[in-house]
Amino acid sequence: MKNCLVVDDSKVIRKVARHMLESLDLSVREAVDGQDALTQCEASSPDVVLLDWNMPVMSGMEFLQALPGANIAARPKIIFCTTENGVGHIKAAVEAGADEYVMKPFDRETLESKLAIVGVI
Amino acid sequence: MKAVTSRASSAMGEGIRALSALLEARTGQVLSQDRQWRAETALQPVLRAHGLSDVEVLAAHLARHRDMRLEAQVVDALLNNESSFFRDHQVFEMIRGQVLPDIRARRADRRLRIWSAGCSTGQEAYSLAIQLCNDAENWRGWRIEILATDISATAIHRARGGIFPQMDVQRGLPVNDLIQWFEPVAEGWRAHGRLRGMIDFRQDNLLDPQAPCGPYDLLLCRNVMLYFAQERRGRMFDLLKRHSHEDSVLLLGAGETAIGHGEPFVAHPDFRGAYRLPSCARGPARFPLRRA
Ligand SMILES: C[S@@+](CC[C@H](N)C(=O)[O-])C[C@H]1O[C@@H](n2cnc3c(N)ncnc32)[C@H](O)[C@@H]1O
Repeated sequence: MKNCLVVDDSKVIRKVARHMLESLDLSVREAVDGQDALTQCEASSPDVVLLDWNMPVMSGMEFLQALPGANIAARPKIIFCTTENGVGHIKAAVEAGADEYVMKPFDRETLESKLAIVGVI
Repeated sequence: MKAVTSRASSAMGEGIRALSALLEARTGQVLSQDRQWRAETALQPVLRAHGLSDVEVLAAHLARHRDMRLEAQVVDALLNNESSFFRDHQVFEMIRGQVLPDIRARRADRRLRIWSAGCSTGQEAYSLAIQLCNDAENWRGWRIEILATDISATAIHRARGGIFPQMDVQRGLPVNDLIQWFEPVAEGWRAHGRLRGMIDFRQDNLLDPQAPCGPYDLLLCRNVMLYFAQERRGRMFDLLKRHSHEDSVLLLGAGETAIGHGEPFVAHPDFRGAYRLPSCARGPARFPLRRA
């Protein structure tokens, strides 16, 4: 079973994402910010990370920048989640290393299509 | 593929039954029971626009007056136009990685002809255009035609405009393709002129087709026949067959099959889930083919 790390400071969003991901047969772990996510990735790297943009302590962007220097067995695929759909914003995320991008709120089908694009399902 | 029969409408109200009969007569689509509730909702804008109180009044009005415009609006509203970019990811991976390279290796005359039948708002055709543009180097010097037809005037109008709301582009469209082939506009994202220019969108009824002019190398008729009654599906396969050649590849939707219709098409030996003409029906090639 593939593993997904949901990184979001909102408990509600983590819960909704967990529900969708579990229904797609993924096992789910949660992190509350980028720093927490980095620690968890170092402990055991997930197949895919669903990454929020705005978070306290360490933002999604800072997480992406820290990822190459972290001690992670295999680089997970990154699906970036944001509330902004400006093209500059999307390009910045992709340039920083995000594999996919999804705007909140998203539904199960959308998430499923993104997981298929990054090759996780 | 589940058999859909008109009997499915037996539990419907009188009004919906009449409108559903209208839909079937015009398009072949049978309104199954599970789509009835959606039908009532879908008709609300039509009711409002014509100052009609409910579906029963609408049906009675249509029975009394020969109002072609209103009829067309009702049919349009009742059609299920659901679509998405690269719908069924694996199918499009197969098209990109196997089907298109195979056609490229075969057609010595460097002509590629595709028909997206029942194209809705165009996502299927745009997905193909994106794949071809992403691989432009290999298609240099080719004459490429993509015909995309749908009975719904509204859907074709939207497809031609090429503007998709955020929710549509993020369902199935890879972010790199979004950045490369779309530009942000007030209503969402607009497909680049290069993509729009590649596709010939036409309003056309599959029950009385005028637009297709086969044979096509690749035919997609996906999620269209699902709600056709069995005998209509047979006629639809005859139509697709008339526009095929010996190497044509036919793709249907995930819940659809060509098996059980007198074998107008058989499972393609090389492409999973795809169909081709059986060898007995495959006449001589009508254009120069490279033979392996
Ligand atoms: C569910 S959509 C599928 C769109 C696309 N092929 C896909 O798979 O995503 C089905 C489309 O078929 C169209 N359609 C239904 N009956 C038709 C007919 N008789 N002639 C042409 N189009 C038809 C509908 O208007 C609708 O847009």
